Amino acid sequence: MAITDTPAGTTARAALQQPPRQRPRGGRARKTAGDWLILLVAVLIGLLIAVPFLLILANSFKSPADYATGGPLSLPTSLSFDGITAFWERVDFPRKLWNSFFISAVVAVLAVGISMFNAFALGIGRVRGRTWLVLLILLANMLPQEVLLYPLYFMFREVGLYDNVWAVIIIFTVIQSAFGTYLLASVYGTFPKELLEAASLDGASRWQILWRVIFPISRPTLSVLLIFFFIWTWNEFLIPLTFLVGNDNQTVPVAITVLQGDRLMDVTTTSASALLGLLPTLIFFLIFQRTLTRGITAGAVK
Amino acid sequence: MAIATRSKERAKRPTTSLIPGSSRSSFWPYLVPGLALLTFIIVIPLLWNVYLTFTSYRGIRPPEFIGLENWVELFGDTTFWTSFRNSVAMIIAMVVVPTVVGLVLAAMLFDLIGRKFGGRLASFLRATYYLPQILPGVIAAIVIGWILRPENGALNQVLAAVGLGGLQGNWLGDPDTALPSIMVIMVWVQLGYPVVIFMAALQRVDPELYEAAELDGANWFQRFRAITVSIIRPEIFVVTLTCAIAALKVFSPIYALTGGGPGTSMIVPAYYAYSEFFQSQQVGYGATIATALTVVIAVVSIIFVLVQTRLERSEEAR
Repeated sequence: MAITDTPAGTTARAALQQPPRQRPRGGRARKTAGDWLILLVAVLIGLLIAVPFLLILANSFKSPADYATGGPLSLPTSLSFDGITAFWERVDFPRKLWNSFFISAVVAVLAVGISMFNAFALGIGRVRGRTWLVLLILLANMLPQEVLLYPLYFMFREVGLYDNVWAVIIIFTVIQSAFGTYLLASVYGTFPKELLEAASLDGASRWQILWRVIFPISRPTLSVLLIFFFIWTWNEFLIPLTFLVGNDNQTVPVAITVLQGDRLMDVTTTSASALLGLLPTLIFFLIFQRTLTRGITAGAVK
Repeated sequence: MAIATRSKERAKRPTTSLIPGSSRSSFWPYLVPGLALLTFIIVIPLLWNVYLTFTSYRGIRPPEFIGLENWVELFGDTTFWTSFRNSVAMIIAMVVVPTVVGLVLAAMLFDLIGRKFGGRLASFLRATYYLPQILPGVIAAIVIGWILRPENGALNQVLAAVGLGGLQGNWLGDPDTALPSIMVIMVWVQLGYPVVIFMAALQRVDPELYEAAELDGANWFQRFRAITVSIIRPEIFVVTLTCAIAALKVFSPIYALTGGGPGTSMIVPAYYAYSEFFQSQQVGYGATIATALTVVIAVVSIIFVLVQTRLERSEEAR
């Protein structure tokens, strides 16, 4: 950290951590009819986007009888937790929640690490042929996932990792780090040169420069990647569905989808399952919302 | 890239690493873990698939070499071309509309609502727009399917309630409304992503530039085009490329909403490959569809990255 306290370092950090610019000037008073109209449009769009979520919320707490009489649009006449408890118990929800959490968290950390190493070589090291290397790595993101299913099924079965969460963790580490490498390599390509020069004059090795200069300064961008990777992995469906066949290994989205075929599922239970499936990522998103905006601003693509 | 500009570009291209005294090749060890994993998880399965495209393989007996038969069949396959026509619709719904509308919304939220009504309201609206992005795709499909279903679906009930009962329909089951319905759903899913990225990027724009332009008599749209769009261009690239890749390989909403139907009218390449792989057990043909799709995505991405690199370089040269 000492290195970043050089004048160049402080400027760079200040520039990177600049708070969002607000313009109090211009006065909150000067609001024309046009401004109100635009606000109205923006709020209406927001409402329209939120409608399905409000419907989930309203119907998750209804009893099946209440739904049968009032239909999907009415508010529940009394709070019923039947749907939620029915779903919770039927799928052993805590177990699925832990699986999803464990897979997403491990993938997020590993993928950020791999992205950082890759981007260090590509963006800072500028190794020969880096544009084509980025494209090769991006292949992981470009491939339709169906391509991977047959070959990886045979490969993982061979090494005894089929129906094991680690198979899914390895696959998504590669897929997510492709996006991370693409974004970070371009951020690192414009990394303040003075900082790197100062560090290397101080006799720091490449490894030390990576951990003591580049890592702390790009931390906001790395946190954004961490959040994206977590949410994206959480929401993945096809590969967990294929590789985690055992009931004990399933993730939340897979468990919910598998239940849809169940004849015993009524609408309120379906709605409750959607609510429980969405809640963890929603909470995660609300906690890290601030990091998200600050981070993208700081590193951004350039 | 035109050949004429090639030598010029070469000369401009930096040939040293950013760390003085470290040669470019000394960075290779850092690529080893990433490239090793990539080889096993991506490259080998991809080559395996390319091999399967030249075989007839039903998953049980070993693959039988049949040369180019799958590829010949593919080019005459109307379902395959339908799936790509639907891909174009997906690009409109997942790339063009969200990027353009997202750009306008982000500018509106940041520049107008954030400034005149407070940043809190702007962040709240942004979070609302982003909601569908954090919803797992299959769950979104379940909820939407339930809203749009013909008997007692929420949308039909709303239409009946406001006296537009005549407009009620079997939204996803009718070939005429299935495509537009899915397009609207995909816009809903995708819109929040550009808004969040663009709003963050807008914080880089110097407000004084705007004030200067305002003094010069530029109207909102002129300022938007000349200042906003040019400054956040890198983000526009990232958003367009990642959305385009997502649109070309879209799978789970189609899988969960309509299963490619009614009939095969809403089939997309990724779903077509999936159904050949796992429903018809025509693994060789499924691999051919998937490989063709990969080639299309790769070509689009290569063009994108090359154009982006070129613009970045001409920017640096200035």
